[in-house]
Amino acid sequence: MNAPESKRAFRYVGTRPVRPDGVEKVTGKAIYGPDYQAANMLHGAILRSPHAHARVRSIDTKKAEALTGVKAVVTGADFPTTEHIIMAVGESSSDLVHLSRNCMAQDKVLYDGHAVAAVAATSDEIAREALDLIEVDYEVLPHVLGIEEALADDAPVLHDDVFTKGVNPTPDKPSNAAMRVEMGKGDPEKAMADADVTVSGRYTCEAVHQGYIEPHACVSAWDSDGQVRIWASSQGHFAVRSLTAKILLISEADIRVTPLEIGGGFGGKTTIYLEPVATLLSKKSGRPVRLAMSRAEVFRASGPAPGAVIDITMGANKDGMITAVDMEFKYHAGAYPAITAHSGASSALSHYTIENSRVIGWEVLCNRPGTKAYRAPGAPQSIYAVECALDEIAEKLGMDKIEIRLKNAARPGDPNIMGIPQGEIGYVECLEAARDHPHWSAPLGPNQGRGIAGGAWGNYGGPSTAQVSIAEDGTVLVTTGSPDIGGSRAAMAMMAAETLQVPYEKVRVAIADTSSIGYSMVTGGSRTTFATGLAVTNASNEIIENLKGRAANIWEVNASEVAWGEEGAVCLAEGKTDETMSLAALAARTTFMVGAIGAESSVNPGGFLPGVGVHICDTEVDPETGHAKVVRYTAIQDVGQPIHPDYVEGQMQGGAVQGIGWALNEAYLYNDKGCLDNPGFLDYRMPVASDVPMIDTVMVEKFNPGHPYGIKGVGEVPIVPPLGAVACSVSEAAGVRMRDLPLTPDRVHEAMHPDD
Amino acid sequence: MPSQAYHAPATVDEAVALLSGEPDARPLAGGTDLIVQMKSGRNAPDAIVDLKHIAALSGVHRNGDGFAIGAATACTALKNDAALAAAWPGVVEAANLIGSVQVRNRATMGGNLCNASPAADAVPALVAAGATCLIAGPAGEREVPVEQIPIGPGHTSLAPGEFVVEIRLPGQVAGGGDAYLRSIPRTEMDIAVVGAGVNLVLDGSGTCTAARVSIGAVAPTVLLVEDAAAALIGSKLDDAALDAMGKAVSAACNPIDDKRGTKKYRIAMVAVLARRTALIARERAGAAS
Ligand SMILES: Cc1cc2nc3c(=O)[nH]c(=O)nc-3n(C[C@H](O)[C@H](O)[C@H](O)COP(=O)(O)OP(=O)(O)OC[C@H]3O[C@@H](n4cnc5c(N)ncnc54)[C@H](O)[C@@H]3O)c2cc1C
Repeated sequence: MNAPESKRAFRYVGTRPVRPDGVEKVTGKAIYGPDYQAANMLHGAILRSPHAHARVRSIDTKKAEALTGVKAVVTGADFPTTEHIIMAVGESSSDLVHLSRNCMAQDKVLYDGHAVAAVAATSDEIAREALDLIEVDYEVLPHVLGIEEALADDAPVLHDDVFTKGVNPTPDKPSNAAMRVEMGKGDPEKAMADADVTVSGRYTCEAVHQGYIEPHACVSAWDSDGQVRIWASSQGHFAVRSLTAKILLISEADIRVTPLEIGGGFGGKTTIYLEPVATLLSKKSGRPVRLAMSRAEVFRASGPAPGAVIDITMGANKDGMITAVDMEFKYHAGAYPAITAHSGASSALSHYTIENSRVIGWEVLCNRPGTKAYRAPGAPQSIYAVECALDEIAEKLGMDKIEIRLKNAARPGDPNIMGIPQGEIGYVECLEAARDHPHWSAPLGPNQGRGIAGGAWGNYGGPSTAQVSIAEDGTVLVTTGSPDIGGSRAAMAMMAAETLQVPYEKVRVAIADTSSIGYSMVTGGSRTTFATGLAVTNASNEIIENLKGRAANIWEVNASEVAWGEEGAVCLAEGKTDETMSLAALAARTTFMVGAIGAESSVNPGGFLPGVGVHICDTEVDPETGHAKVVRYTAIQDVGQPIHPDYVEGQMQGGAVQGIGWALNEAYLYNDKGCLDNPGFLDYRMPVASDVPMIDTVMVEKFNPGHPYGIKGVGEVPIVPPLGAVACSVSEAAGVRMRDLPLTPDRVHEAMHPDD
Repeated sequence: MPSQAYHAPATVDEAVALLSGEPDARPLAGGTDLIVQMKSGRNAPDAIVDLKHIAALSGVHRNGDGFAIGAATACTALKNDAALAAAWPGVVEAANLIGSVQVRNRATMGGNLCNASPAADAVPALVAAGATCLIAGPAGEREVPVEQIPIGPGHTSLAPGEFVVEIRLPGQVAGGGDAYLRSIPRTEMDIAVVGAGVNLVLDGSGTCTAARVSIGAVAPTVLLVEDAAAALIGSKLDDAALDAMGKAVSAACNPIDDKRGTKKYRIAMVAVLARRTALIARERAGAAS
């Protein structure tokens, strides 16, 4: 469905112009991470652990170093000793020591694919040949992959310096339970005891990879004066700079990171894997060094979203009012502590107003790659269990599944689980849009089921810098520090055009390197259009004020007597009201006399609002084979004011498809040695185009009063509802409640034919 | 990938000479298995003998009542031959389930067969159709049934220096029809968890007079299940006959648990698939009689 007519009279905001970076991308000419070449560059390759868990007794690199064409070899011993400080990594954070050891193992390897050594050579073939010559003496240790197994008393413990955080007093024995969080309010125990109906269940889902098309890649050059240049694709080149600087003990001003086009990140490129390694190889060899992961390396060694085990009990009164929720979830952290459980806990119930709740979350270490952000990190898993439990309550009460949600929906002003009042969220409007959508009332065919689920994500603001300058001919240059993943160049150009009242085609957007613009946080957290857009708008407004002053000088009137409009400066002073001066004329006339026209704005805005959505999913189950096919899907979301509706709908559709993959087929398959058995797209089964129907989208446009263009973050919410929507739909179609994702044909078949 | 010799012979004789001359030379057709295996390090032949430049190995030709399909013919090209697609829709569909359009523009049935994967999609359909292979080698030519080529995962009965020149299909008889179905978790771009090919002949009364039933991905090689065919022959493909056929294929298979499916699921699925495939073959046979 197309966007409803924009409620506000904007000229560009809310329209669908062609994106400025489109032609280069569709003609295959844009330079992505793995495409970049530097003059005189060497080719790097990384030796990775074949063991899930082992102590590295020794590494002998002599033979590799002696191979003709090899210019440098690096191991963990080349990494400086860093301190245990907590570093911001995108929306999350990590211990610096762990970040460093994830780039290159030191005394222990913690997962199949963990980097143990790296080589730079004059060709890729030589580099790979050299890897075979490196001798690593491993003492293989018992490994653990599953959440419950990792928490068992006799489980192999990954780190001897990790003591459960969030438990009072801190335990004196190290364990795989890296963190515990607890949130809640009221008296859930009493409320549960008093409830008219209760449901309980254990829900599970698997770790899933973001599946970006472009593998991680970078080129790093350690210049002779000790300054470093890095070219990389990432969600944030300032994050690449700060993490590389801290790991290698270099000052940030000595590293210049140039962003390349990025082929997908979804949260997974807010961290670093290769840059410190390439930098050390360059330092040793004196030449630029390129490192690029293969698809198998991406799967084995980059961070997925955590899998989860979630126990939930929900209680309600006869009218469908949820009176109590008691849930405890455990997330896979992977090899290093993560903090996803925190957002998992704060998101779990955020779209409902529930008086009595207790939400406990755990982060559990295991011998898998460390988990990383993936669209709304932590929320899809916990909300999956909440939405399914709600479905079960509705079923028990014989209540309509939208009615029960409307009854409990969080409304603006309602306190969330942490007691903070909700802002202008549109969950009720989304539920009403779902109820009114033809999908909700369409008849179902045989073997079909319909599921509905809601979801929310907090979104973020965060620091951003933008510069806007006016060229001598009056065309507009916008420069930001935010990599363009989902079409943000177009959005920035549209907001500049809207504010300056110039045609969209007159605005060009560049993304500057870390030495050419002020700090900007990663493109992530659904923050870029919101926060960087605000910086662009502010800078544009500052330029208007400046131009009004210039026009006032020319007209010899007060600046307050000059207005700004489509024509440019407009004189309001008596007797001169027919005077106007276009942006082009002002630029041509004043640039050389007065000086360059430009402004910079750095922001760190509050005013961001959570995103909420509701998805409806129809599946058809083949009762003989257990195949579940999604036959109809509608995604409804409160998107605030969409700047470029195509890209908003694209986010909604993309997130829905990723969630469908999570629900139906995606999973990491490990063999009994703890090695990944499906490190490729053939057997890591993301949905292909023919697996999904057209995802219908409905944008509910509830303007955000905290932003000049009413923006709400839209990129993360859409992966939250699909797990519940698909699971409830398949459960209805199969006639049996399915609580363990993914719903692969053999699992559904087994559930439908338990006695076979 | 360490460097290899690459040869592009123009005739069958040159290819035989090259394949027998090098100790570890491999024929290359579409390369959609071989190149992938070489890149992953699973396979490192010293020499590659590209069959795509031998004119006789490309295209679909009439062979009496039947067809001769050059071993270097891409799967997509099979669809474009109207007579072949009309006579053997099951074979053409099976070959065009492989991978994606891009993959099928390169991939061949010869490669599918000689890669000797138990899950190869074209093979059960070819076996059910009663296809044979013309093989060239240092000792001259020979013709063998398709089911005799694979002998285990990744292994064939081809002698050193031998390769498949063409795949031969008989003419489809009046009242005959074939079909192939596979089960995969997604809708495409997956390797078969189970596959079933059926070719059968119906007489004017709808009674099955001949049948071949073949199953894939449920044993170390694609199997021709004679008991399953016997269950159909003489019946009108009523439920009892289809059930008996289902039991026969389930009994014949010898699958493993792997990342693509469990043993239990495969045994249950092979009966479901064979039954569905037989019903499509019956439709087609009925239409042809
Ligand atoms: C993305 C992807 C998806 C795939 N999906 C499927 C699928 O769905 N179903 C399926 O069955 N397969 C699938 N495959 C595997 C592959 O595409 C098929 O097996 C294909 O038919 C192989 O044919 P080819 O011509 O490319 O063989 P090649 O790779 O050229 O050769 C395969 C093997 O056969 C040998 N060989 C080739 N031709 C001859 C000959 N004439 N005589 C003797 N030996 C020969 C080669 O030496 C090699 O060992 C997929 C592959 C990829 C990459």
